[in-house]
Formats: sequence, C-alpha cells, structure tokens
Amino acid sequence: MSDFFNSSLRQLGDALRTKKVSSVELTQNYLSRISQYNQYINAFITLSPEVSLAQARAADARLAAGNAEALTGIPIAQKDIFCAKGWLTTCGSKMLHNFVSPYDAHVISQFNNAGAINLGKTNMDEFAMGSSNETSHYGPVKNPWDMARVPGGSSGGTAAAVAARLCAAATGTDTGGSIRQPAALCGISGLKPTYGVVSRYGMIAFASSLDQAGPMGRSAEDLALLLNTMAGFDERDSTSLQRDKEDYARDLNKPLNGLRIGLPKEFFAEGLDNDVAQAVEAAIAEYKKLGATVVDISLPNSKLSVPVYYVLAPAEASSNLSRFDGVRYGYRAPEYTDLADMYEKSRAQGFGTEVKRRIMIGTYVLSHGYYDAYYLQAQKIRRLIAQDFTEAYKQCDVIMGPTAPSTAFKLGEKGDDPVQMYLSDIYTIAVNLAGLPGMSIPCGFGANNMPVGLQIIGNYFDEARMLNIAHQYQLVTDWHNRAPQVL
Amino acid sequence: MSLSIADVEKVARLARLAMTEQEIQTAQMQLSNIFGLIAEMQAVDTSGIEPMSHSQDLSQRLRIDTVSETNQREAFQAIAPQTEAGLYLVPQVIE
Repeated sequence: MSDFFNSSLRQLGDALRTKKVSSVELTQNYLSRISQYNQYINAFITLSPEVSLAQARAADARLAAGNAEALTGIPIAQKDIFCAKGWLTTCGSKMLHNFVSPYDAHVISQFNNAGAINLGKTNMDEFAMGSSNETSHYGPVKNPWDMARVPGGSSGGTAAAVAARLCAAATGTDTGGSIRQPAALCGISGLKPTYGVVSRYGMIAFASSLDQAGPMGRSAEDLALLLNTMAGFDERDSTSLQRDKEDYARDLNKPLNGLRIGLPKEFFAEGLDNDVAQAVEAAIAEYKKLGATVVDISLPNSKLSVPVYYVLAPAEASSNLSRFDGVRYGYRAPEYTDLADMYEKSRAQGFGTEVKRRIMIGTYVLSHGYYDAYYLQAQKIRRLIAQDFTEAYKQCDVIMGPTAPSTAFKLGEKGDDPVQMYLSDIYTIAVNLAGLPGMSIPCGFGANNMPVGLQIIGNYFDEARMLNIAHQYQLVTDWHNRAPQVL
Repeated sequence: MSLSIADVEKVARLARLAMTEQEIQTAQMQLSNIFGLIAEMQAVDTSGIEPMSHSQDLSQRLRIDTVSETNQREAFQAIAPQTEAGLYLVPQVIE
C-alpha cells in the first residue's frame, strides 16, 4: 500500500480501475497518514473523514459500474479558499471561522463531477495575502523539508501536503505567485493558468483581476490531468473565457527540438541567491541537451511589477473584503454600541494584521483625489509590463528563470518587515499582471538542501506546451520524485 | 512618501477598522514604507497608454435579466450571526 503515496495520478487511476486498490482504501490510507503527520506540518485546516469516505464509496460504485473518469476515486486536497458545500471554508481567517459554505465553487463541482475525493481543506495565508503561510489564523504551515522553515504562500498548506505525500494532488490559487512560490519552496510542481481559464466562482476573492486557480502536484503529467478537470467556461464568472475544451496532456510527449527559451536578464540580476541561480542554470543546460536554444531577452518594466501590484491588489482587496461586515455570515464582535461600532469592531477583530494593512493601502489609493495617481497609473504600467512579454515572445517560445529569489526562509525571519516579504514574489508578479500562464517545477537543491524551483512562463493559452516542456525535463531528471526525509 | 497620523486615522475610518493608538502608529510607519516602494511607479511616463484591466481586453459579459437563482433563505440565514423571522438583525439605526 505504501507504494501508492508515490504513484502518479495516472498510475492511481489505473490501480483503481483494475481493482488493485479501492478508493475507500486509498482515502483511508491518506487520512491515517494525515492524522500521523499533520500535527507537525499543519497543512490542513479542516478534515471531514466521513464525508471523504462517503465520496470514496460512491467513487468505488462508479468504478465498479465502469463509468469512471481519470480522477475518479483519487483523493485531492482543496485549498481553503474554495467554497465547498457543507465544509467549513475559512480562507485562513478568523473572519470566516464559522463559515460552513452553502454552495460549491466551480472548481469543487468540477472535481465532484469527476468523482474525485475531497480529502480536506488546506491551510493558507489569510485571504491569500502572504508569501510564507505565517498570516494564517490557524497557525503557520511547516516546510516538510525543514520544519524550521516556511513552505511559502499563500498556497502553503497545499504545497506542504503534496510534498509530504499527505494527498495525491491539490489545488491552489495564484494572485501574485501563490501557486508557484510555495511549489518552488516545497519542491513540487504547480501551474497558474492564463487568467480566465479556470472559473473564479466560489473562490473567495482577493484581487479579482489577478486571481487564478490552478493545480499543484508532483509532476507536470499530474498537473495536466488536474487542469483537464479544473478548466472550462463558467457563466457565473464574468471574466471566464469562452474557449473550446482542450486536453492539456495532448502534447506531453512531443520532443523539444528547436524550442527557443528566453532568459530575461532582469531575472538573473542582483537580488538572486547564488544557489538558486546555479540550479536554474543547470536546468537550462539540461534543456539545451534536449534540443532547446537560448535567447537573451529583456523585460524592462518588470522591475515595476512589485509597486504596481501593491497598488492594484490591495485596491481590489479593499473593495472585495468590504463584504465582511458581521451581518450575513462570518465573525461578529461580541460587544458593540451601534451599527458603525459593530462593523468596525467585527472587522478589527476578525481580520489579521496583514489583511488590515492591505485593506488600508487599498482604501487609501482608491480614496478621493488619489485614484488617477495610483490605481489608474498602476493599470497603465500594467499594460507596459504585458507589452514587454508580447515583444519577448517575438524572439522566443517560452521564458524561463527562477521562481523565487531564495530557497525557503526561516519561520519569523521576514515577519516584521512587509516590504521584504513582498519582494519574495519579485519574479512571479509580472506574470499575473500580464495575465499569462506560469508554472514552477523542481530543478534541484540549494544551500541547506532546500528545493529550488524553475519558473516556466508561457504565452497566452500555452498551458499544453508548458506542460510538455516540463514533462520532457521530468523524464530526464528526478528532482520531482525526491521526497522529504524528515517524515 | 510618508502618511500622517491623520491620514491613517481617516483611512481606518473609511475602511471601518477600529484601531488603537498604538496600531495607528505602527500602521503609519509600515504604510509609509510601503508607499516608499510604490513611489517608484509615479515617475514613469504613461502618457498615451491605455489602462489595462483584463489581459484579453474583454468587456464585462452581460446576461439576460431573468431570475437564475432559487430562494435559499433558510440555508443562507443558518450561518448568519443573528436573525429573526427571516430577517438579519443589526443594532437599531433609526431612533
């Protein structure tokens, strides 16, 4: 049975369909592994074994009836940002400590329809605002490679759970790097699709023009199967794109001869740690062996992505989070004098420090007299940043570089200085601003034997090609198969 | 750029966040640092550049104005802090 913890999703699907294992057995084994290790890692906020096992029994019936799909019976963990009917859905916040969702997010219903098992809700930075998972109201997640270090964030619980083999795969969301950075820091694979490919319906909103859900797993091949289930038009998300259904696994086995890889000079400049640079350069060398050529490119406006992001994301967040007022759902302060006092105390007590900080930044930049100088200026520079990529893709097919400037840092190391924390997303944010697809795959280890991630940025709707590029690398390297030893 | 204590108090009020004097002071320092980071963006010449809100430059999709949801009042109110006879309860607003 223990072999299954390292099986790919395709192998698990085959084992389920050929009755080598049942979904109930598989789910029970993952649940007992979680009960053994979650106390150290804190990757899950909510488990509901009876619900998971009931889904597993239904999946076994479906497998027996012969109408199973690729993910039927496979235990998948869900980031706690996705509303799931009947499940506590906290978004990592005290504000939603008692919010049992009355409905399913589109992503959740897609997995339910596919017959996947919801194994539990994973820990995350509060309202996805953070890069270390330390802003969660439910305590920080520990990196399974070194319990004294952060897993990255905001999808830190998901990344740690996948790395520690506490689930077969899981979901994440990425507003400024929240899938790719934790994937890099925990040594797993993660993909943020083109903005609009996965529906945001029922995904608790942070910055609506940037938020995008995506799969996190142990290999590119697994991500392709997950994305096949997650992607698709949904009329309930007004920015969902109407496109034909694709098979994201269709190009996995194409050779990479002639692939032109663009290396932005800005991603290899000051601020990048040596150990990360070395691992990324070794990965590029591996790609050359696979037939790729390298082109030097420039993304001159990418240096502005952090300031632009810290105007746009807080502005949209301050608007989105105004719904939490202690009236219809969520936390209400126990004592108050009048309605305004009830709002102010409920929000002050229900939100954590980082969330309040971003609400205040956003409120300021949107307040009377400042809109043009901040929000509008940021949206204009956003176009310049996107145009840099358009120019670059005239010379190359894909862009590569580091996912994060360093490997996982120590818990508490950046706690007092928000600006330092914000800079850990310096290579990922531009991708969200441009709306492009981006992924991170493991490409080696740096100092202290912590994983390093290679970032692969594709042109719009190039997910299948990016997965092909990642898969070909994973066929000739084994970084993605390494598992943390501590457990 | 640095924010004054009065700026921070005004923003906290607009955002409906109760804050202690100590919290206001910490926020003033941290927000000033963050706006220092943001200031880098102000010097960029963006004349003639259209603002970008969606990467595919889509306009908001509209739907036919018909009822698409069923009434689920009981389910929704089951998770509300305080309700009575199908209504959400809040402190009295009109004397």
